[in-house]
Amino acid sequence: MAATGVHVLLLCPVLIPLLGAIFSIFGWNRRRYQRTVLVVGMALLLAAAVALLRVVSAEGIQSVQVGNWPAPFGITFVADLFSAIMVLLGAMMGLAVAVYSFISIDVRRESFGYYPLFNTLMMGVSGAFLTGDLFNMYVWFEVMLISSFVLLALGGERAQLEGSIKYVTLNLLSSAVFLAGVGILYSVVGSLNMADIARLMSARVTEGIALTIAMMFLIAFGIKAAIFPMFFWLPASYHTPPVAVSAIFAGLLTKVGVYSLIRVFTLIFVQNPGYTHGAIAILAGFTMICGVLGAAAQMEFRRVLSFHIISQIGYMILGLGFFTPLALAGSVFYLIHHIIVKTNLFLVSGVVHRLQGTYQLKPLGGLYKRHPLLGLLFLIPAMSLAGVPPLSGFWAKFILIREGLELRHYLLVAAALVTSILTLYSMSKIWVEVFWKDKPESRVFGGAPIAHRLPRIVWVLYLAPIVALALCTVIIGLAAEPVFALSLRAAEQLMDPQAYIEAILGGG
Amino acid sequence: MTLLAVLSPFALAIVAPWLQRRLDRAAGWLLAALPAVLFIGFLNFALRHPAESHVFSWPWIPSLQIQLSFLLDGLSLLFALMITGIGALVLIYSGGYLAGHPHLGRFYVYLLMFMGSMLGVVLSNNVLSLFVFWELTSFSSYLLIGFYHDRQASRAAALQALLVTGAGGLALLAGVILLAFAGGSWELSELLARGDLVRGHPLLHATLVLILLGAFTKSAQFPFHFWLPAAMEAPAPVSTYLHSATMVKAGVYLLARLHPILGAAPRWQLYVGGCGALTMLVGAGLALLQVDIKRQLAYTTVSVLGALTFLLGLGGETAVTGAILYVLVHSLYKGALFLVGGNVDHAVDSRDVTRLRGLRRAMPITFVAALLAGLSMAGLPPFVGFISKELIYEALHAHDLSLLLAAVAVAANGCMFVVALLIGVRIFVGPPAATPREPHEAPPSMWLGPLALASLGLIFGLVPGLIEGRLIAPAVAAVGQLPATPAPHLALWHGFTPMLLLSAVTIAAGLLVFLGWDFLRARLNRLAPLGRLGPARWYEWVLQGVLGFAHLQTRILQSGSLPVYIATLIVVIILLVGGTLLEQVQIVRLANWNDIRFHELCIILTMMMAILTLVTTNSRLTAIAALGVVGYCVSLIFVLFGAPDLAITQFCIETLSVVLFVLVLYKLPRFQVFSRWPTRLAEAAIAVAFGLVVIGLMTLGMESDLGSPISEFYAANSYLQAHGRNIVNVILVDFRGVDTMGEITVLAIGALGVLALLKLRLDRDRPGKESS
Repeated sequence: MAATGVHVLLLCPVLIPLLGAIFSIFGWNRRRYQRTVLVVGMALLLAAAVALLRVVSAEGIQSVQVGNWPAPFGITFVADLFSAIMVLLGAMMGLAVAVYSFISIDVRRESFGYYPLFNTLMMGVSGAFLTGDLFNMYVWFEVMLISSFVLLALGGERAQLEGSIKYVTLNLLSSAVFLAGVGILYSVVGSLNMADIARLMSARVTEGIALTIAMMFLIAFGIKAAIFPMFFWLPASYHTPPVAVSAIFAGLLTKVGVYSLIRVFTLIFVQNPGYTHGAIAILAGFTMICGVLGAAAQMEFRRVLSFHIISQIGYMILGLGFFTPLALAGSVFYLIHHIIVKTNLFLVSGVVHRLQGTYQLKPLGGLYKRHPLLGLLFLIPAMSLAGVPPLSGFWAKFILIREGLELRHYLLVAAALVTSILTLYSMSKIWVEVFWKDKPESRVFGGAPIAHRLPRIVWVLYLAPIVALALCTVIIGLAAEPVFALSLRAAEQLMDPQAYIEAILGGG
Repeated sequence: MTLLAVLSPFALAIVAPWLQRRLDRAAGWLLAALPAVLFIGFLNFALRHPAESHVFSWPWIPSLQIQLSFLLDGLSLLFALMITGIGALVLIYSGGYLAGHPHLGRFYVYLLMFMGSMLGVVLSNNVLSLFVFWELTSFSSYLLIGFYHDRQASRAAALQALLVTGAGGLALLAGVILLAFAGGSWELSELLARGDLVRGHPLLHATLVLILLGAFTKSAQFPFHFWLPAAMEAPAPVSTYLHSATMVKAGVYLLARLHPILGAAPRWQLYVGGCGALTMLVGAGLALLQVDIKRQLAYTTVSVLGALTFLLGLGGETAVTGAILYVLVHSLYKGALFLVGGNVDHAVDSRDVTRLRGLRRAMPITFVAALLAGLSMAGLPPFVGFISKELIYEALHAHDLSLLLAAVAVAANGCMFVVALLIGVRIFVGPPAATPREPHEAPPSMWLGPLALASLGLIFGLVPGLIEGRLIAPAVAAVGQLPATPAPHLALWHGFTPMLLLSAVTIAAGLLVFLGWDFLRARLNRLAPLGRLGPARWYEWVLQGVLGFAHLQTRILQSGSLPVYIATLIVVIILLVGGTLLEQVQIVRLANWNDIRFHELCIILTMMMAILTLVTTNSRLTAIAALGVVGYCVSLIFVLFGAPDLAITQFCIETLSVVLFVLVLYKLPRFQVFSRWPTRLAEAAIAVAFGLVVIGLMTLGMESDLGSPISEFYAANSYLQAHGRNIVNVILVDFRGVDTMGEITVLAIGALGVLALLKLRLDRDRPGKESS
């Protein structure tokens, strides 16, 4: 076991946002104070995440037993490379969206608990990435769910309430299935510690029962990850809250679902990959196609983006479905790419909304003439999303297609390629409608307020996170080697559950 | 040096808008210095190392075997010279053509980006880096076609080009990956040596078709040709550079590059040759129907691309030589003519061949350029166009092909002849006609390009030795995998041969059509409605079909109804979990019926009655009461099975929720039944099936009866180590304290949420503002 420093580091991603939430609740109406708490907290979180990734990368899987109760009796926190990468991405998005929130969230929401909720959301996300205990993961899911539900409904606008009812109902269903799955798994294996479960599975559980329970987890996490045909809650709700909320949701929430799928289907449910992972691959194909077709049918900025989340979740779990180290590396790479790009696109949509007062594509227009920089900042993540080389999305797509061809899943490869061209179509649709075409006469669509001139400080706060994330996209694209090498190492770790088990339970 | 050559245009693109702002008119000349220097560099290399191939490589993503490696041989050098040479002239031209345009800086960015990408395509040795640059050319082409983006037509054309070439690009990606798998390498230089391996691979046919799809869409082969004429919405320099001289030849380049590997594949000749011949004929024929200079040129470009593809499909040394020479010749005259068209459009604001006459007086230099280029295009001696046409006939002759193909070639060349005279001669001679604007000669930046390119056509025709040994032969050697022997002697005069006869027929027929063109076009235009059945329509149909399907499936899947969503999820659970349960697990026994006591049965029956009441009643109060009954029964079960603490908790919660429900009840609107009985029936079926699945799941837990070491640990240690007498309490606050911390957080957030929902209603404060 490493030094105590590492133990604290491992808990930091949960503790920092928890403290942030507590501090900001005590300063309920003081917005400047709450902002400071948030941005300092997110910066610390980022620092902790970087440090954690460095430690895990250099010294292997790290774990800590909370309260010093040895595993499997207490609750374990674990960071392997995959967890550490996800925590880092979460922290990056947290910081970027926090800065963006300052100028995009209205005063009323700010003084009604936006900042504490943002903190608890980050706490739930980090907790889910780091926990080594299945029931504890359920708790973090609950923290995430309730925070996101309140964030979604905060403001109480009609559309928000409608969206959040659907969101919370369908997600509670997921929680119920998750909880039932944990319960049944506990009753047959007798443990909640994931490493311990993985160790005991083959001895205590017949394959059939394992597969049945696996399906429960596939559904529970599948709803969270918004895969076909369980994604309804996502397009119903993501376009309703303030854009900063959409952005952090888009970046992180479904990805926690994907993370959990990858975690349990590499660690626990590996009895019959032909059955479970085959099912995942088929669902992945449908998810890609249905998501992208959904996007093609939309004419609202954030709804287009929301449906694209679904289609790209398909790519991510496709790698899990293929279940080879390279394919999983593709999934991890895709996650890294997607979180950055998708959050950024939502951030850009918020600036567009601020400038022209709507998210509807029809009445928007003329932005490329007046704001070429914004155009460029849209094009980078948009084309990356569409997989135009040499941006990050291309490599993510390439790895999966290459592995698909290697494994001879031609239909799935075809689905991925069709998805890719349709993504290109819908990104260029946004580009044409919002940036290229002239703004239609406002008489036709009702006078939306146009604020072409924003104060300089507002521009800086808007664009700083967008520029930072766009730079990440470009850098990951041009210098893909280190990121891919890291993804590959993470994937190899995932494919070798024995190392994970030993890191937590010792040699036994 | 190659890496620098490929990356330098991108670097220059970054500073181009700034340069444009600082230097204004001089910017084009200055920017052109870069491709000019590169041109000299490539020329120098070509002259020093003729007929050798060199590979330079830099690691990029070694874990995926992707490197930035470049292959310099005859073929890539020829293309690199065209890209940099014409690129320099086009940059200079753009400065004049778009002078004063507010977005000229951006235009330079796109153009330089394209130049770098195109150099990357032709120089790449790694097939994947080739693909990366290939896609970048498509993307920069998209931005350039849509340059006049306030026009609807430009945007539509840009999108069309992007989708057609993009779809082809994806096929190419798959093809290239399969190619690399088959050949066991991602490097062209190695793949070229392993042609047998690739041709012996079981997926050869799929590989071939996928790669051809990529090449054909890019090089506008029938039936994908329609995007190219539409792309004429772009400014003249773009049409010159991308859509005639370089980018559209990327597909031809790819065919030539892979010719040594795939040229001997069984269906190469059929697919490539057949598609090429068809494209050649269709393009030439359609060109005759056009009256717009740019569209005429675009369709003849399609025809030429068809001819090039056809020649590469034919194979053999003469055909390959013909193709290589034609690539160069076409770039020279077509580049010049597009720029001439740009000059005319710029000067008089019209591109209608039927309306323009007598421009020679006002635009003498442009006329000279047009004439030189036109005569080369017409295939008249002593221009190099004549030599290349002869070569095509010779290739046909050498292949001993049927009269039909010869007729196709003659017809296509005849059409070419007509268009060449229309643009090169007819609009300039005769008495001046009225034009929207008074004609005037173009500035030097705009006549330099066309004149230089057109003159080269004459010079190379008079002295073919200039290019034969140094440029053409090495390229042919690279394509044909031949030893670098000199190519067939290029000359204007070969004696009285069958080829000369075909040339004569071509010219005679062309002249005849040229003289009767106005009459003929009027007749042929009656067939125009047939055009509605053309591939451009197929594109529309496919696009609309996909969109229609997208709307339909989204309306079905994302219907907006929460009950439907819930029902769908439950069905998914039934199918996946229940299906697996049925298929994979043998449920041995549900329970030992003798173990069931009478009072247990009573409780169960009470619960079932309560549930039936719950789902059938029309009164909310009754429903809530029934729900309470179910809850109390659950508490009773807890009591019976030895969990009194749980029972008490459950009892309290049930009581509290019934009370709360009753309190809320009076605030609710009247109870109404919205669903019809078939829906309710379906929902009942789903509910019953779901119930059965849950029962099945419960039996899983019952079967295994293991003593849990974890419970034993808690029992043993809660007092000794954790110093608590109540095990449950110790579990909650110590053993699994983190869970409790999380749940406390959940409650706190819930409280915050309730507060916010009650107090903060933004749209109540701002009536009328509703986001949808």
